[in-house]
Amino acid sequence: MTTPLLTVQDLSKSFGGLQAVKDLSFTVGEGEIVALIGPNGAGKTTAFALVSGFLTPDAGRVVFRNRDLRGLKPHQVNALGLARTFQIMRPFPRLTVVRNVMIATLGRHPDPAEAERRARAVLAELGLEARADLPAGGLTLAERKRLELARALGTEPSLLLLDEVMSGLNEAETERIVELVRAINRRGVAILLIEHVMRAVMSLAQRIVVLNYGERIAEGRPGAVAADPKVIEAYLGDEEVAGAPARGG
Amino acid sequence: MAVAVALLLALPAVLNSYLLTISILTLFYAFLGQAWNIVGGYTGQLSAGHAAFVGIGGYTAATLSNEYGLSPWLGMFVGAALAGALGAIIGYLGFRFGLRGFYFVLLTVAFAEVCRILVSNIDALGGALGLYITFTGNPRQFQFQDQRVYYYIALGLMLLATGVVALIERRRFGIYLTAIREDEGACEALGVNTFRYKMLAMVVSSFLTGLGGTFYAFYLFSLQPGTVFGIPLSVEIIIRPIIGGTGTLLGPILGSFILTPLAELSRQYFGQSGLHGAHLIVYGALLVAVVLFLPQGAYPYLRRLFKRA
Amino acid sequence: MAVGLTLIFGVMRVVNFAHGDMMVWGMYLAFVLATRAGTDPYVSFVVCAAALFVLGVLVQRGLVDRIVDAPHEMQILLMLGVALVLENSALLVFGPEPARVRSPVAALTTDLGPLYVDVARLVTFLVAIVLTLALYLFLYRTELGRLIRASADNHYGALVIGADVPRIYAVAFGIGAACVGAAGALVSPILPFQPTTGLSLSVTSFNIVIIGGMGSLLGAFVGGLLVSVAESLGAVFLTPSLKELFSFSLLIIILLFRPAGLFGKRAP
Repeated sequence: MTTPLLTVQDLSKSFGGLQAVKDLSFTVGEGEIVALIGPNGAGKTTAFALVSGFLTPDAGRVVFRNRDLRGLKPHQVNALGLARTFQIMRPFPRLTVVRNVMIATLGRHPDPAEAERRARAVLAELGLEARADLPAGGLTLAERKRLELARALGTEPSLLLLDEVMSGLNEAETERIVELVRAINRRGVAILLIEHVMRAVMSLAQRIVVLNYGERIAEGRPGAVAADPKVIEAYLGDEEVAGAPARGG
Repeated sequence: MAVAVALLLALPAVLNSYLLTISILTLFYAFLGQAWNIVGGYTGQLSAGHAAFVGIGGYTAATLSNEYGLSPWLGMFVGAALAGALGAIIGYLGFRFGLRGFYFVLLTVAFAEVCRILVSNIDALGGALGLYITFTGNPRQFQFQDQRVYYYIALGLMLLATGVVALIERRRFGIYLTAIREDEGACEALGVNTFRYKMLAMVVSSFLTGLGGTFYAFYLFSLQPGTVFGIPLSVEIIIRPIIGGTGTLLGPILGSFILTPLAELSRQYFGQSGLHGAHLIVYGALLVAVVLFLPQGAYPYLRRLFKRA
Repeated sequence: MAVGLTLIFGVMRVVNFAHGDMMVWGMYLAFVLATRAGTDPYVSFVVCAAALFVLGVLVQRGLVDRIVDAPHEMQILLMLGVALVLENSALLVFGPEPARVRSPVAALTTDLGPLYVDVARLVTFLVAIVLTLALYLFLYRTELGRLIRASADNHYGALVIGADVPRIYAVAFGIGAACVGAAGALVSPILPFQPTTGLSLSVTSFNIVIIGGMGSLLGAFVGGLLVSVAESLGAVFLTPSLKELFSFSLLIIILLFRPAGLFGKRAP
């Protein structure tokens, strides 16, 4: 059995009196696409922050490529090959789009000319090359999502953490991102995604981990998870999910 | 660009003594502003205590020269090194403890004030009255009979600082700094060791500023803790790049060329009775105007204007 | 006086560098009133407060309002600019000589048990307490006060419930300025002042607010006490000129280890 790329073991984190994540365990294998789903406030983004080094866990371990990530700062985690996007997008508004991505590519390619070449290549892959020399602050929502993706990709990760990268997009835009994510995955990049857009989750994910109140309540293949009564109960009243098949955006 | 430099080189030939003095000050403040620009403009860490680096640089060189006969040409680098060390301390404390924005400003002000108070109370350094340097006109002691030499030194310093900034701008270091200014967290997520780069910016900036301290001491021949560590000097340092355009190569230079003569003019206009604070009203008004209408400063605005024309 | 700054910062998170300079104007106003109208500053402080309230509202509406969403650096710079203008126009108008306001009340001393107490300082202290209480009641018991606190905690939330946020900010800023004006008048018989006093007053009030905690009224009060005690102690044990060192060192320590201050509600 091959060791998984990412192992999260008994991860716990609380803020003040609130337990955000409790005894969370799951794995992501090489080249897998795993989705992390759950109602709002279930602790998904906290889990991301814990895995990527932005938060320190109260208990538990995160092991990536056989390295314990405890105590590592976010930039060190990234250097190991784990990249993330942010739910609330954080482009560098006054920098041009290509510069935005260069911040990512400069990490492994210190020469600015080389870093720019690679940045433009990534932008082309994501269909943003027309916007490359415009300030990032002027992009549309869909474009900004792709920029987030481009930047994370620019760091040449082996595991990509995508935080609600489809939210707020219409059907066509969502389709596009789904295709892009698939293409990225085909190149060998493993994906861990948080998503509310169920259609996208169902079509992309090979495995789904379901969180509620910071704890894992179910895990398995999409079909099994969708039928799991515990999952359905957790989502009762969560309209976005309930209405997902009809909407998708 | 080359034309401008050539012009600047030729200037002393045509200027009278008074205008020459103004030019020297213009260039010197442009230099200080450019040094600040590295950490304040490009990296977005507003330091309002940069005068402390001038003070340390100046006092070190002056003391080493007065007490130990060390040529200021060497003392200059010792002073700058000490200034850099202080910069490293402030940077380390500020960045390690995650102080941003206003809190960082306060930290820098606090340190500058602490320096000022300490130096005012150390008699060996002249106490509150300060240090004086006897005029010998000896070039080896960084003193010149001919004002024009001072001009060229100031010009040299300004070109040095500008050169450093230009170099930084086009390399990875500079590109990272501009992103750090925008959003540190996002930088971290993309693998940038923001602490390291902020520290580097701080040290380079404080070192360069420290060099200026020596020039200050040996051009004006006196150092008072209140003047050379004080907030007013820090204001003078930062206002030129802010008005001219932070984070741009030519911003501090433009800012100084606008403000220094302006300050001098208002000094003249508001007259004798020691009201040299009056030009600060102009500074204040300009600052308010720039923040409201030209947040990026004069230089980017002018550049856009000329692009359209 | 530090109470005013907390209020402003708490609501707007815009740092008011000009705080100290507005206080100097308050002092000068008291001075003018005292010499022209022969009014006792202990009476005229109300007028000073009112005048500065207006000034505060004007600054807020005219200037600060426009940049509420701008990056922090810009807000700091704006206030610095206002401070420069205020300080140096005072310099122009009143000249650089130190001034002091005379008041018959100030000359008295009484004894409280074993201590001889300067009536002037006593009155100032008492009025400060009264004002602090009044401010507390305003913030916690009145509708407008609650709105101010709500806007401080959550700008967008306040907008959502239909609060007229710019007006609230203007009032808050105005009140802060008014406190400062009152403080200036009250302190004018005790403290000799000149236009450049503004800077050290600003720094002192920042010290107090950081130490006591931004956004906390109690913090400002406690902070004020702490700082004045520290400075007095410093003056006793060290040479007077070093007493400022105490408060600055304290500031640095607090900045590093507990930027939220002793009672502060939010971390940077």
